[in-house]
Parts: sequence; structure tokens; C-alpha cells
Amino acid sequence: MSTLVYGFAVLGSLVAAAVGIHGLAGGTWTLVAPGLLPLGGFAIAMDRLGGFFLTLVAAAAAPVSLYAIDYDRGARRGLLAYLAFLGAMALVPLAANAMTFLVAWELMSLASWLLVGREPGTSRPAWAYAVMTHAGFACVLAGMLLLGARAGSLAFADWRAVAPALDGTTRSVVFVLLALGFASKAGAIPLHVWLPLAHPAAPSHVSALMSGVMVKLGVYGLLRAGLEWLVPGPVWWAAAVLLAGVASALVGVLYTLVERDLKRLLAFSTIENVGIVLIGVGAGMVFRAEGLGALAALALVAALYHAANHAAFKALLFLGAGSVLHATGTRSLDACGGLVKRMPWTAAAFLLGSVAIAGLPPLNGFVSEWLTFQALLQNLRLPRPELNLLFAVALAGLALTVGLAAAAFVRAFGITFLALPRSEAAAGAHEAPPLMRAGMVATALGCVALALGVTWIVSGLAAVVEPLAGAAPPLAVQAWGTVDVGQGFAALSMPVVGVALALALAAPLVALRLAGARRDRRTYETWGCGRMLQTARMEYTAASFASPFKRVFDFFYRPDRRVDVRAHAESRFFVEATTYASPTRSIFDDWLYGPVGRAIGQATTVARTIQSGHPNLYLAYILAALVAMLVLG
Amino acid sequence: MTGALGAGILQLAVVAAGAPLLRGLTRTLKARLVGRRGPGPLQPYRDLGKLLGKEAVVSSTTSWIFRVTPYVLAATMLVAALVVPVVVARPPLGFAGNAILLMALFVLGTFFLALAGLDAGSAFGGMGSSREVAVAALAEPTVILAIFALAMRAGTIDLGGVVERLGDEPALALSPGHLMAFAAFFIVMLAETGRLPVDNPATHLELTMIHEAMVLEYSGRYLALVEWASAMKLFLFLSLLANLFLPWGVPSATTPAALGLGAVVLAGKLLVLAAALALIETTVAKLRLFRVPELLAGSFVLALLSVTTVFLLR
Amino acid sequence: MLRQLRAALGAGIVTEAPPAPEVEALGVRLAEEIRRRFGRSLAIRQVDAGSCNGCELEIGGLTGPHYDLERFGLHIVASPRHADCLLVTGPVTRNMVEPLRRTWQATPDPKIVIAVGDCGRDGGIFAGSYAVVGGVADVIPVDAVIPGCPPSPRALLAGLLDALGRRR
Repeated sequence: MSTLVYGFAVLGSLVAAAVGIHGLAGGTWTLVAPGLLPLGGFAIAMDRLGGFFLTLVAAAAAPVSLYAIDYDRGARRGLLAYLAFLGAMALVPLAANAMTFLVAWELMSLASWLLVGREPGTSRPAWAYAVMTHAGFACVLAGMLLLGARAGSLAFADWRAVAPALDGTTRSVVFVLLALGFASKAGAIPLHVWLPLAHPAAPSHVSALMSGVMVKLGVYGLLRAGLEWLVPGPVWWAAAVLLAGVASALVGVLYTLVERDLKRLLAFSTIENVGIVLIGVGAGMVFRAEGLGALAALALVAALYHAANHAAFKALLFLGAGSVLHATGTRSLDACGGLVKRMPWTAAAFLLGSVAIAGLPPLNGFVSEWLTFQALLQNLRLPRPELNLLFAVALAGLALTVGLAAAAFVRAFGITFLALPRSEAAAGAHEAPPLMRAGMVATALGCVALALGVTWIVSGLAAVVEPLAGAAPPLAVQAWGTVDVGQGFAALSMPVVGVALALALAAPLVALRLAGARRDRRTYETWGCGRMLQTARMEYTAASFASPFKRVFDFFYRPDRRVDVRAHAESRFFVEATTYASPTRSIFDDWLYGPVGRAIGQATTVARTIQSGHPNLYLAYILAALVAMLVLG
Repeated sequence: MTGALGAGILQLAVVAAGAPLLRGLTRTLKARLVGRRGPGPLQPYRDLGKLLGKEAVVSSTTSWIFRVTPYVLAATMLVAALVVPVVVARPPLGFAGNAILLMALFVLGTFFLALAGLDAGSAFGGMGSSREVAVAALAEPTVILAIFALAMRAGTIDLGGVVERLGDEPALALSPGHLMAFAAFFIVMLAETGRLPVDNPATHLELTMIHEAMVLEYSGRYLALVEWASAMKLFLFLSLLANLFLPWGVPSATTPAALGLGAVVLAGKLLVLAAALALIETTVAKLRLFRVPELLAGSFVLALLSVTTVFLLR
Repeated sequence: MLRQLRAALGAGIVTEAPPAPEVEALGVRLAEEIRRRFGRSLAIRQVDAGSCNGCELEIGGLTGPHYDLERFGLHIVASPRHADCLLVTGPVTRNMVEPLRRTWQATPDPKIVIAVGDCGRDGGIFAGSYAVVGGVADVIPVDAVIPGCPPSPRALLAGLLDALGRRR
């Protein structure tokens, strides 16, 4: 049964990808079924932006579903929810009116909620997800209804025409509501709290889709709201998005650095990457608000490129984490180790994903981060010192993020896959079954293709963002697969870099041979100053690797240090056991969600006094309400 | 085309062959400054040659990553040698990327070396890896802001373009903003290449090591490659500093005469920078590991100031 | 900082060249030997197998400005993986037998072993004690012995030469 469902999902995704690519290439069509839904009916329309996001959903869903055939073999629950989840995600970018959009959006949330709560012991993450996603939904709903009421229509096409005539306050209120709703789905700071709970709780193939694709639909909503429905907007909207992007990127990567659960680590890294996408979107909105359409287009190309890249490597990493979980039964970094010898395919795939997500050449993460840097550097054409300073902060923040991400993924890969196994489970790990490997290989190839095909992708994205930015980006494709940015401001050629690195890798081999170097190798134990044995307990752990970062950023982590030494009953000089813990405390839980949660708790306690449960009292309430309505009416 | 090819081969040769000499020269100068005779400047070549004649002992814990890393490290430096303006303003791969590609190449090398440090499962290696990536990550913002400051003055982020623009108008190189960017970049160079006061390249005490701790497991030809690559990294960083901040005499043409001149000018500049490096290394003590972030924060502030002066003076 | 620099520059190079002809001559011969065997580059790993640290003090003197080991292409390294030569001091205590063996195994070939001091030669005044197993040669193959309690830096340089010559 599960094989059938996932096989069907693979085929459906391939069809959807074909449709999406058709839209990406400029095909437009609409489909309206007025009777299917109230308030405007069911309506979908294809444009380039919708086509891009549909392609993103489908291209990620195909290998992930392939992987799931082996990963989720024999599953009975959640199969229908999986199909509904895929269908809803495919529908969201095509929706042409508010009703269709909201139904698809809620279906996506509900289906993913069912999947998050599928495994035993996931009721708390599922609950947190339900609360946050519905708070976000409420914001989107309110924003859309307000805009729809003022515009007199729920069709997106009408909003575009009406928006410039609306007064500034209304537009700002609508934007803030929509932005909050979409940002919470995207996992932007400080609305991210559900993400590190919900994404790891879901089965790994679902995590891959939630992290790789679903959060991007929040970005999609933000793009539509900020650059289509409500254009033109004031520059502070844009600055807010840019700052939210920088904050998300930094906070995300800082949590990634210290997290010890592999899937949670990847979830935090999703927050970071959404932050990078939002930096691009925010920069694009700033340029647009300042009337620099071409630069806006450049920033948006960077943002969409990173969105696509993140879908590829995050799906790959989650699939890799799923294989580790499948093989060892644990998600703890400190219980893994030594897997590179036991799971060579998974390790190679995870390494490729790590290099890509760390933004290193010659893979795709580098390309989009490079483009984002170029877009930010272009702010020198903006004659506003305060905005220049904002961009300088964004540049520095992005640079720190990229550097820390490399550190985080050295740790994630190194502790999980290298050195000696730290547990029985890791020592007895086995390689993933063939279809899981196939899914990982397919996404890995996607990462490579997204890097080497930069010239085609950039041209395609330029057409996607042109209607949003109002101008074509200053990108030119030149010989040797070179992409030129801003007429000679900067250039990048990934094919050349890739070939150069490959040749340079061979150069030392040849040089050593020519120099007559010895070629023998003797295997002996690791050098440990002559100690008698090496065990996995002597290795650096995930916690010790993160310790310099914890010290440098202690103002952020605010770590507790707890050392308990228990001595023997007979003598205090003989230690029986030592326990050490250094947990970090979340600023967001302590300063935002804690107080809000307590306030809600108190409010409900107060409200309980009027909710006595006596039917007569409720009848009295109804009467009072009726009287009030009659009087006011 | 032949000119560009010739320039590329010359750059590769200068970096690959000159890097050990620069390292030896710094060591000799350091020895002289503390009253020692010291090894000759050619000593690193002898060390490398000897290492090639030795067998490689490899830990049984390690995987293919440990054995591949020296090659990756050398490869990143060789590609970087074609991106950095060393003897010509526009090196052959200058078009393929720019300063950001260059930094990413260095991080790629660090990434693999840090993995190799973890691969043997020794606590020393893990310690070195964790510290190395921490220092590298904290240096990133300074690099980007310093590049931004240069790009704003020159109107391009292309390294060759910056060098040519400053070469046309050398007065720009004496502006306070430019000098601050130089100072910031110099500190980053100290951190990235593992020099005092961030890391002591001559230490024998594992607990104080950063870079050395990661390579404790390497031997024979692998060690030779790692040492060669780190010498090239120093050479490239110093060349970059020399040509971006002392932008005189970097030829744009690729005729043999111009290239020869470029090589001579570069040698002079590198000698000055190596002397400055030796002077700093003999007069400052190594910082405690957890004071290093403060130093890097200081360099970041310098870079930020450099950027703001451009806005103010515009 | 400036004061320190001025002091260093004012003192000039203090490495004893002409005033100690014997050491200098030894050094030149030593460098030639090393050229033959190790291309004028020898990495030394020092192993304390139970020494009283007298020998370590003298070895430390080798790296100072006066004797300046590095001018001959010799330097002390932090890992046996990097080393060409093990410089072993002390009578080998029972606890150090296995670590010493492992250090020797961890050093890549070709390599030389030099036992330093009277203790390293045969256990010295500790010979016969229940806590030691004897000289270094009782545990790993030794190429040269530098006697003395402790040997002077000059004797150490001479001994290094001896070791390299014998292996040829």
C-alpha cells in the first residue's frame, strides 16, 4: 500500500514538475470552477512566479517520495495525509483568489500537522505546531479579508489594480498582518519556535519537504504581498524584512552550532537559510521602494536562487539524517560517529550536502550566497547613508552567518560520520536500502546541477522576477559560462571554477609522482601521546566542539554550567560519579513566549469565572447578547 | 590569449615555488630579531623534500576523508593562485569569481582540514578543528566589510579592477579609510594564516595549538602537502595585502617585460610585509584563545569605520 | 614592546659562532651528515621515558640563541608523525615501556633513535631498580647513545652526528 502511494507521488510530482517548468518558461493558463468553493469559487492561474514555486515543490517531492518507498515501507498511517500535503503545496502557488489560497494553505497545514503527530511521543511538537500555524493562519486570513473588503474583490488580480488607491495605514496594517502570517510559516525570527519542534518530529521524508519546500511557500506569500498586491510600499516594510532576514540567519545558525540532535540541527539551519532568502527579498524590496528596479531584480534572483538551492540541499541532508536514523535508531550526534565506513553512500551524500549548505564552491549554496553578496554590495548605488549602513550590517551579518554555517556543518558531519562509533547502535549501522540511496543521489545531483547550470537558471529567474521588480536584473551571460553582474562590477563562472578545482586536485598527484615521493602507507593507531587505548569516549563530542562558540556568544546562549561530583560514602577523595551539563537558554522562550504564555494562562484563569458550566448562565449570556445587539442595532 | 596563459603559468609557478621561500624568510628574520642565526631561508624546501622520502603513517581510525584532504587543500590554494592578482592585475581566472570566491576557496580548505582533524578521533584533532573553524568564522565579517570598503572606492569588486583603479590613482591608497581597511585585513591575515598573536606556528604544546593540532596526525607526503598549502596560503594573503593596499607597479599587460617587472615589484613588497610580520611575531605574545574574538572584533570595527568614512566623504 | 625590540637588536646575534670553534665545527659536520640522510632537515621528537629532567634542561638549551639548533636544519616537533628522530631520555620506567614502543611505531620510516644521558644508555644510577627496565635499547632499537649526566648541549650535537653517521 505504502509503495503504491509513494510511487504514485513520484509520478504525480514528475507531472507537476513538467507543468511547473511550462509555467516557468512563460506558459500561462487559468482554471476556474465557481461552484467548487463559496466566495469567488475555486480559481487557479499559472504565471512565472507560481510556476517557479510549483517546480520547486514538485522537483523536491519526486526524489523524496522515491526515498520514502524504502524508508516508510509498510506504513499504514499518514499516507493520505502525505498525498494531501503534496497536493496542497502544489496548489498554494497557483491559487488565484483568496478563498482558494486559504483553503490550500490550511489543507497544507493540517496535512503536515497530521504527519508531525504521526509517530508516538510527538504530541507536544504537534500541539506547538498547531497553535503557531493557526495563529499565522489567522493573521493571513485577517489580512486577506481586510484587503479583500477594501478592494471589493477576493481575486488576486484585482488587488494589484486597487492597492495604489488605498490609504497608507490600511496598506500597512494589511502588510503587517500578511507578513506576520507568512513569516511564521517561513520560520522567521521570532516566529520560528514551532519549526525546530515540528520538523524533527515528522518522519524524515516529511521533514525534508517541510524544511525544503513548505517554508518557502511563506516566502512566496511574502513576495506576492510585498511586491505584487500592495505595491508600492514604504521603505520601512522592506527594511523590516531585511532585518528579520539578518536576525533569522544569525539566530538560526547560532542554534545550529550548539544543537545535538541531528534533525533539530537541520531544522535550525532551515531558519538560517530562510533568513538568507529573506535578506535577498528584503534587499529587493528596499531597492524597489527606492526606485532601483534593476537592483531589486538582482536581489530577488539571488533570493529565489537560494530558495531553490536550499530545497535541494536541505532535502538531501534530511534524507541523509533519515538514513542515519534508519540505521542507528538515534538522532543524537553524540551517539553516532564512524558512520563513514559503515554507510559510505549516505556519508558521501551528507558530505556533499554539507559542503553545499556551507556555501562553498563548487556547489550550489555558494552560487546563491555569492549572488546575495553581490546584490547587497550594490547598495553603493543607493544615495541614502542610513540605508547604506543597514546594508553594511546585513553584509556583515550574512558573512558571519556563512562562516558559522561552515563551522556548524563541519561539526554536524564530523561528529556524526567520522572517528570511532560512540554507541553500539552506531557500530552496528548498515547502509540504507537502494531506493533511499537513489533518493539521496538524485537530490545530490540536483545540488550539482544547480551549481553548474548557473547561466540557464539565472536567465530563467530573471524572467520570473521581472514583473515583481519592474525591471530586468543587471545580469549578463558571457563566454565560458560566466555570469556578469552590474556591467563589470563582478563576475562568476561556476563551470570554470569546477573544472579548475578538478584539475587542481590532480595537480598535486602529478607533482608528487614527478618529485619521486614515496607512495607507501602504513596503518597504525591514532597518536595519543602513547596512551594504552583509544576509545570513543576520548573523542571530541558535539558539545565540546561547540564550546568555543558558546563562550564567544555567551551573551546569546546564556549557558548554565552544572557540575555535580558525587563522592564515595567512605571518603570524599574517591569520586563515584561526575555529571556535567551546560544547557543553553532560549532568549525567545524566556523573554517572549514565556511572558505571553503566562499572560494567556492568567487570562484564561480569569475567564474561567464566567464559564461556570451552568446551562442557565449561558442562556442568560445569550439573552444579554441579544439585548445588546438590539440596543446597538 | 597566450599572454594570459603565460601569466597564469607564471603566477602558479611563483606561488607554488615561492611560498616555501617566503615562509623560510619569515623564519630567518624572526630568528635574527631574537639574536639567533636561525635556519636559512631555503630550509622549508629541504623539509618538504625530506618529507617526500618518508613513508606515511595513517591512523587506522581514519577514513578516505583524511587521505583526500591534503589534495583538496593544495587544490584550493592552486586555484586561488589563479584568482589573486600576484604578478599581474588580471590573473587568468580573475573573471571566474572575485574576492568572495577567494574567501570561499580558503574556507573550503579549512572545512576539509577541520574534518580531517576530527577523523582520527583524537582529542587534539577535534580541539584544533573546533578552534580553527571558530577563528575562521569570526574573521569572515571583517573580510567582507573590508572588501566592501575597497569596492566602494574602486567601483568594482573584481580584484583586478580594484588593483588597476588604485594603481591609476595611488592617492586613494593613502586615504584614512583605506588605511583602516588595511589594518583590518592585516589582522584577518594573522588569524587566517595561524600567526601570532592568534596562533603560534612554532608551539609544541597541544593545548595551545589551533592549526598544528589538526595536522598532528599527518606524516610523509600528506604532511608535505599540508605544509606546502599553508605556506601558499600565507603567500597569497600577503600578495593580496601587497597588491590591494600598496597598489604600485602591478602590470595590467601580460608581456614578458611587464610580467618580469611585476615579479620584481612583488618580491620587494613581500619582503617588506614579511619583515613586518616577523617584527610583530617577535614583539607580541600569543593571546589567550578567548581573547582572540576581541582582536577580531577590533578588526571588524576598523572595517566598519572604513566603510562609514566612504559614505561620509562621498 | 619597543624596549624589548631595542634590547634584542642591541644585543645582535648571540649565537656562538667563532668563539666556540669546536661546536661550530661539529655543527658543520653535522649538517653535512644530515644532508646525506635527510636533506639537511631533521625533525626531532623528544621522549621522556622517566628522566629526572636534567637532560631536558640541556636539550632546551639547544634551541636557545647560543646553540641555536635550527641553523643546522634541525628542529623539535610536536608529534612523532612529523619526526625523523626520537631523542629519548631517562631510564625506561615500567610505565613508559609501552608508550615508548608506541611512539616508535608511530614514527614513519626512515627514522633514528638516540638515547640521551647515562640513564638512557643503561639505566644509569637507577639500573637494577624494580621500577625501571633498563636503558632505551632494552625497549626499542637505538642508533646512538649520548652519554653524560646530563650531557652538555655540545655533547648532544656531537651525538646527533654520531647517530647519523652510523646509519649510513
